[in-house]
Amino acid sequence: MGVAERVWQGRGRISDRLGTILIAVMILILIGDVLSQLLTGVIAVPYVASIIIEGIVVGLAYGLAGIGLSMTYSILSFANFAHGDTITVGAFSGWSVAYAIGGIGSTSFGSLFLLNATPGISIVTSFWVVILGLISAAVITVAVSLAVDRLVYHPIRDAEGISLLIASIGVALTFRYLIAFFYGTSVRGITDPASKVGLFSVNGQIGVGVIRPNQQLAQLTSTDALPAFLELTSTAGPSEVILSMTLHAVVLVVVASLLMLGVHLLLQQTKLGKAMRAMADNKSLAQVSGIPTERIIRMTWIIGGALTGMAGFLIVLNSGTTNFNFGWRLLLYIFASVILGGIGSIYGAIAGGLIIGLVNSIAIIWLPSGLTKVAAFAVLIIVLLVRPEGLFGGVTTA
Amino acid sequence: MSGKLSEKTVRETVITAIGEMVGDNDLRMIAGLLAGVYLLCIALGLLAGFPIGGIVNTLRAVTVFAAGYGMLVLALNLHWGYTGLFNIGVAGFMAIGTYVTAILSSPPTMMPGPGLGLPVPIAILGGMVATAIAGLLTALPALKMRADYLAIVTVALSEIIRLSIKSQSLAEFTLAGRTLGTGGGRGIRYPAPGSIGGAVTETVPGMATLAEAAAAVGINTPVFTGLIYMFILVATVAIFYSIIVRIGSSPFGRVLKAIREDELVASSLGKNTSIYKLKIFAFGCALMGLGGYLWLGRSGFVNDLSFRPNITFFIFIALIIGGAGSNTGSILGGIMFSSLLFYVPQFVSQNFSGNASPPGSFAAAIDGAIVPYIITNIGPLRFVGIGVLLIYLIQRRPDGILGHRKEDAAAVNLGERPQSQSRVNKEKSS
Repeated sequence: MGVAERVWQGRGRISDRLGTILIAVMILILIGDVLSQLLTGVIAVPYVASIIIEGIVVGLAYGLAGIGLSMTYSILSFANFAHGDTITVGAFSGWSVAYAIGGIGSTSFGSLFLLNATPGISIVTSFWVVILGLISAAVITVAVSLAVDRLVYHPIRDAEGISLLIASIGVALTFRYLIAFFYGTSVRGITDPASKVGLFSVNGQIGVGVIRPNQQLAQLTSTDALPAFLELTSTAGPSEVILSMTLHAVVLVVVASLLMLGVHLLLQQTKLGKAMRAMADNKSLAQVSGIPTERIIRMTWIIGGALTGMAGFLIVLNSGTTNFNFGWRLLLYIFASVILGGIGSIYGAIAGGLIIGLVNSIAIIWLPSGLTKVAAFAVLIIVLLVRPEGLFGGVTTA
Repeated sequence: MSGKLSEKTVRETVITAIGEMVGDNDLRMIAGLLAGVYLLCIALGLLAGFPIGGIVNTLRAVTVFAAGYGMLVLALNLHWGYTGLFNIGVAGFMAIGTYVTAILSSPPTMMPGPGLGLPVPIAILGGMVATAIAGLLTALPALKMRADYLAIVTVALSEIIRLSIKSQSLAEFTLAGRTLGTGGGRGIRYPAPGSIGGAVTETVPGMATLAEAAAAVGINTPVFTGLIYMFILVATVAIFYSIIVRIGSSPFGRVLKAIREDELVASSLGKNTSIYKLKIFAFGCALMGLGGYLWLGRSGFVNDLSFRPNITFFIFIALIIGGAGSNTGSILGGIMFSSLLFYVPQFVSQNFSGNASPPGSFAAAIDGAIVPYIITNIGPLRFVGIGVLLIYLIQRRPDGILGHRKEDAAAVNLGERPQSQSRVNKEKSS
């Protein structure tokens, strides 16, 4: 290595660190500000806790959806702008199947399948319907992803990243407006409100419990009316929800965590993961080393498609509503998560998703509600400028 | 194999035949396409039973649409076609140009979105300068990035701009004692650039009599003044075109093309490529700002919904249809996209749905009323068609209509060596 080169590298490292240090200082200042606001009573602890929980739930969804984007980005070397609309495909296909099964016999198959009728599904009333819907979301999204790869990306496999990116914009438009054509463009409610689980204070008793959507804590005379309650301590305060989370959000957290663990094991313990890492690193070298690149690409779409479809289904389960372009609107957040974590790293995608989810929800402390999204996108731009390789850059895991 | 070959030769013969028929004259090509679009619109207008005023108005609307696309596609061609900068934040730069011009020209009493009440030409200049500065600020850090990162940064930036405009906190603010604002989600109202048509009719001698004559034929005054604005837009497209052609053929333009072909080579030859990229990015952004104001902001009212990322992609698709790198191609692509893919389907949907109450959902449509459902929901289907077309173009015709005419970076064509020259060299070596 020449002297000049070494000096150049050193310079890069210093400016790299400078940016990182600046960001770290800013984050510390913000955390200090939250603490001081908490101590002076400007904001309440339950409020901060609730936005943190919301940020984690949404962030896990971004992370789950981001794994697929990260994999296609590193293995096929292009930014897939159709990824957001693939989430929508997963959500609509999964919920169509769930409605068709859950509302069987109540009204016509057509209006159920197109989500016009509301059979009233929630995780409590129709557990197996939700699970079946989740599985169908995965299966249908995988089928759609493989078909699109065959028709769109396979013929131009060796083209530049930008050509593939433009093609993916075409796929995105096709997905989004096919859904709009069949399902219409209105926002619709999908799930019934679910019970909440959390920390409650009821008539002087503080404990962990479950509350039904039609129950109001202030009107309860005793904790016996709640489906479940475990007293921890007692207080003289009024009846209130201290911390809570809907069961739908719990399902999202549990399923997303299990799927992430599954992907981790799959990629760490099998040859497939090694082959994927090899392809992400150097496609030609992988090919001459005897790695069946086309088969690996197919596996990438299968794993990525399944995770993306399920993420879409779970996001709708959590939010309770859907719309033909909700996935497209999530796309930039997911790009932000993936780039923040480092393209190609699934742990990066997960960590990035959590950070973006938290930024988006915590920013409400400082910014007016219309500008929290701006904060999330600003994080994306800052990361691309300061540390384009991402937090986990260099440690590609899949 | 042989079947494929013959298919290719047949296709090539057809293309050359069409080329010979139309000629290589760019103006004739554009006029021919416009004439075709006009004939189609007249036919559709007659089918829908429009009076002459209505048909003229349809032609006006389709021309305004095409001119708007023309301006923006030309500006984008400067970024992507000439320099290879993958900017997909066009909507954001249009929004800055439109909103800054609007705020500068809007009188302080005009709600929503009060402004400074400056004369419109100064406001337009201010809007262009503001957009150029925004472009510069984007380009400074972003141009060092990989192309796909630049794409993500620009699209994220355009969303940041749009969300900030929409935000209630910028709806009204005080700056140096003056109350200004974007109007937030309610949109912004300001003196309409389109009203210049009315002013021309009143002040330019002879125009009033012309307007009366037009009214006698059935073209009423609003349509007449709209036609004047349409001509102004078309003239602006012509100005854009000539400026960009001049830039493209200048030494400056040759460096841009060299950057597109191979930035490393361009910088090895001693060109400071960053400066060139910064300049052209800022200039293209200023044109986008002006285009946004003149086209999307023509009615004197605009809100954030006009500047969603979709419009960027549409402009991009129009450029790809026309052929990135060719200015005439940009205009052809703009006309084709805006009229044939966008305006005509919408026109059909609005005027030919026939059925008094089309089915409200696809489920209801399956039971026999599928055609009226398709006609009323042509909007989404048109976007599906655009998406499929984009995929087709990227796979089969990445050069679009005129992309093969992409100008060379060199002043003379270096691809072919003159026959005599090579013979001389051979003789020398032997």
